[in-house]
Amino acid sequence: MEEKILDVRGLTVCFQTAKGTIRPVDDVSLTVPRGSIVGIVGESGCGKSMTARAVMGLVRYPGKVTGGSVLLDGREISALPERERRKLRGSEISMIFQEPMTSLNPVMRVGRQVEEAVLLHTDCTREEAKARVLEIFREVEIPEPEARYDCYPHQLSGGLRQRVLIAMAAVCRPKLLIADEPTTALDVTVEAQILSLLERLRDAGVSVLLISHNLGVIARVCDYVFVMYAGRIVEQAGTEALFERPRHPYTRGLFRAVASLREGGDALETIPGVVPNLLHLPAGCSFSLRCASCRSDCERRLPALAETEPGHKVRCFLAEEGGAR
Amino acid sequence: MRRSIAQRFAQALIVLTGVVLITFVMLRIVPGNPIETMMGEHADAATVARMTAELGLDQPLYRQFLRYIAAAVSGDFGTSYSLGKPVSQLIRSAFVNTLILALFAALFAWTLGIACGLVCAVGKNRLPDRLFMGFSLLGISLPVFMAAMFLQYLFAFKLKSFPISGTDSWRGFVLPAVALGWNSAGQVAQMTRSSLLEALEEDYIETARAKGLGRFGVLMRHALRNAMLPVLTMMTVQFSSLLSGAVITETVFSINGVGRLMVQAIAGRDIPLLQGTSLLATSVVILGSLLADCLYAVLDPRIRKEG
Amino acid sequence: MPGRKRERLENAADLRLQSQLGEEERFWDLMRRMARENKTAVFSFVLIVLMVLAAVLAPFLTPYDENSMDLLHRLSAPSAAHLLGTDEGGRDELTRLLYGARVSLLIGVVPALLSLLLGSLLGVIAGYRGGIVDTLIMRTADVTLAFPSMLLAMVIMYSLGGGIVNVFLTLTLVSWANVARVVRAQTLKLKNSEFVEAARVIGVSKDKIMRRHILPNCLPTLLVLFTLNIPASILTESSLSFLGLGIQPPNASWGLMINTGRQYLYSAPWLCFAPGAAIMLIVLAFNFLGNGLLDVLDPRQKKQ
Repeated sequence: MEEKILDVRGLTVCFQTAKGTIRPVDDVSLTVPRGSIVGIVGESGCGKSMTARAVMGLVRYPGKVTGGSVLLDGREISALPERERRKLRGSEISMIFQEPMTSLNPVMRVGRQVEEAVLLHTDCTREEAKARVLEIFREVEIPEPEARYDCYPHQLSGGLRQRVLIAMAAVCRPKLLIADEPTTALDVTVEAQILSLLERLRDAGVSVLLISHNLGVIARVCDYVFVMYAGRIVEQAGTEALFERPRHPYTRGLFRAVASLREGGDALETIPGVVPNLLHLPAGCSFSLRCASCRSDCERRLPALAETEPGHKVRCFLAEEGGAR
Repeated sequence: MRRSIAQRFAQALIVLTGVVLITFVMLRIVPGNPIETMMGEHADAATVARMTAELGLDQPLYRQFLRYIAAAVSGDFGTSYSLGKPVSQLIRSAFVNTLILALFAALFAWTLGIACGLVCAVGKNRLPDRLFMGFSLLGISLPVFMAAMFLQYLFAFKLKSFPISGTDSWRGFVLPAVALGWNSAGQVAQMTRSSLLEALEEDYIETARAKGLGRFGVLMRHALRNAMLPVLTMMTVQFSSLLSGAVITETVFSINGVGRLMVQAIAGRDIPLLQGTSLLATSVVILGSLLADCLYAVLDPRIRKEG
Repeated sequence: MPGRKRERLENAADLRLQSQLGEEERFWDLMRRMARENKTAVFSFVLIVLMVLAAVLAPFLTPYDENSMDLLHRLSAPSAAHLLGTDEGGRDELTRLLYGARVSLLIGVVPALLSLLLGSLLGVIAGYRGGIVDTLIMRTADVTLAFPSMLLAMVIMYSLGGGIVNVFLTLTLVSWANVARVVRAQTLKLKNSEFVEAARVIGVSKDKIMRRHILPNCLPTLLVLFTLNIPASILTESSLSFLGLGIQPPNASWGLMINTGRQYLYSAPWLCFAPGAAIMLIVLAFNFLGNGLLDVLDPRQKKQ
């Protein structure tokens, strides 16, 4: 198998709430091979953003990473002290967020905000740093980089701001870039541009972990996909295999919902029910509450993530037994 | 930007004119002839009439007003009835003391308030946070005269570490400034705390952390500057209440400032002096808020573009 | 009033509009929620009620008469007979404090109420009529707010003269502008709301819209303003009386008691500190209650 830039094993995040402990990320294992774009897909609240945060080491109180390991390019980083961890953030592993409108400091010039990342992680002088910022601005196709350098965030459009954020994340040539719903707040034409930008970053040697609830986005750029539901990975496969032969009832439900949207059928097909409250998860398969093919022991026993064909894993009893339609 | 400042300036000028008008009218609807009040029972009718004419008090109100404005623009605020000196001269010497007092108080209040607010926000719900917030509540609810008398009683009378009154040295300003600033310190501390906590929840803080900045860097470089904007607005309002409080502190500590001059003017039924002092104090407040607006525009680029 | 607080009050109109679309929260529901969530506010409310009761029932709570002198026991320190000592005339300080509460509470409530009436009336008119009326009213408000409040109060007190009625008037004139601003901002928001639009379409007169639709919707905000104006009035009056410009003897507010007690600060400090503590307590209680109400009305920006 190819070299792994990111190797996450058994990652678990716990939240202490007044009503009990919840686990938004539960025993998640995933890998990102070098030079690829890997997707995590799922509904909002399924734990995909929290997974990203846990990988970055940015889980906020009262959340806590309670188990698992994170290996970045073969090096264990989850147990590093905060001080060491901080040096990695922005240099070896960086992240961009969903809301380009609010993710930039409104009272600081955007050039300076990107420059800050350079100055933090290198011994550059101010001039050298500025040169690097202008270079990355050009690379992410920000028009008139010199003029934009001195702009404040409110003077830029949403697409440009997202480019600035990507520039900030990519300026130190990280090994891994985590993009958390990078296009959700943007309109469709800008979305396409941002996605091709991510592809070009991948070609330039930055591996990408792309988080999205949008299957179209995932299909367009990802090489490999993880499907998350209620904190657990329920299916993982190469993009093509997943879209052609989805195995898990949840994944199928997602695809059907999208398909009915596209074909404009009479009724919009949806997955019945809502994402379960993480406080009251069933002991067994967490999708059992909404699953049409749910059997009696589904609610009691948790199916394992089992390989059905090379590179394709599914967490469902039905799929294990050969996959009922 | 330039236009909006010009606009604000024009607005300030209108407000200032309104202030003059209101004080002018308020002070002239007082029953009784001020000259008689001033000269007491011994005044004979002829002298009163002569003085009234001399000061233009027999003319219609609008004429008096225009005359006052014309003189005021050239720096002449009339002559004090009770002290017999030009009002401008009296104010000038008093103003220095008040300004020192107010600046000391502001310095004390704002540094203490911001520092406390910072400590509280960083260690939210820890012991120092609870302690300081308790103190700030005390500060907010403590009337200025109580603070002044308490400090005077404790530090000047019991402990004798500062003079009871007078402004012969800087030590004389310490207690009055603390008494005056106490209130504002509490307000600033609370505002800084809540504003910082709010800023720390913003998305750009996450971005800054993802960039690799540490807690301290995030706080100083990203959160603080955004959090200071509402605090700054508040400080402007406070400058006005500091001047209100100065009247009290100057009385308690016998400082010859503008506030005390006002109290004297009222006691002596001295209209020109009262008018001059209130006009000066209000102008300072208006000027202060104008300055704060400019400063705000410098700190917040979003405002800068709107004007 | 700090700008942030005013902003939150102005925003409260939005919230009311939203809640009208969804589940409508009635006044008592709001109060019940505050009682549940904010213990400090409840405690403050109880304290205020107790203080009011103490003021009303003063004659039954103390064996002493408010004004009877006892020159043998001048300036005596706190003791079992005189819990808070006696003043320069030998009068029981605690008794004076209880009777003083009547004046001080009255001075808190009456101007707050008057400025509420004046301010909301002018605010609604300015907001709803717009044009030159709006400009006139709001410019006057600007000028009023430009004065440091104490200075304005002093100037007005000077021209009106001392006495309790004039204190009422002065405090009203000092605090109406804030109310007017908040109410105007709310009126502007409500004016463009759908239900006012609907009323206008079916031909309801302007006056009636103001009375029936706009003012009632400002009520919760006015309640907060009322609660927060009371301590402000008490503080301003006590400062005025402290300077000898407010209440005149034989009426005695707490501020005036401090004024007379000041001469004996070094020999009988309780004469200053007892009424001072009383002022602090009542001001604190009203502020807590007002902030509690504000949090219930505008929960979005609740203090962390």
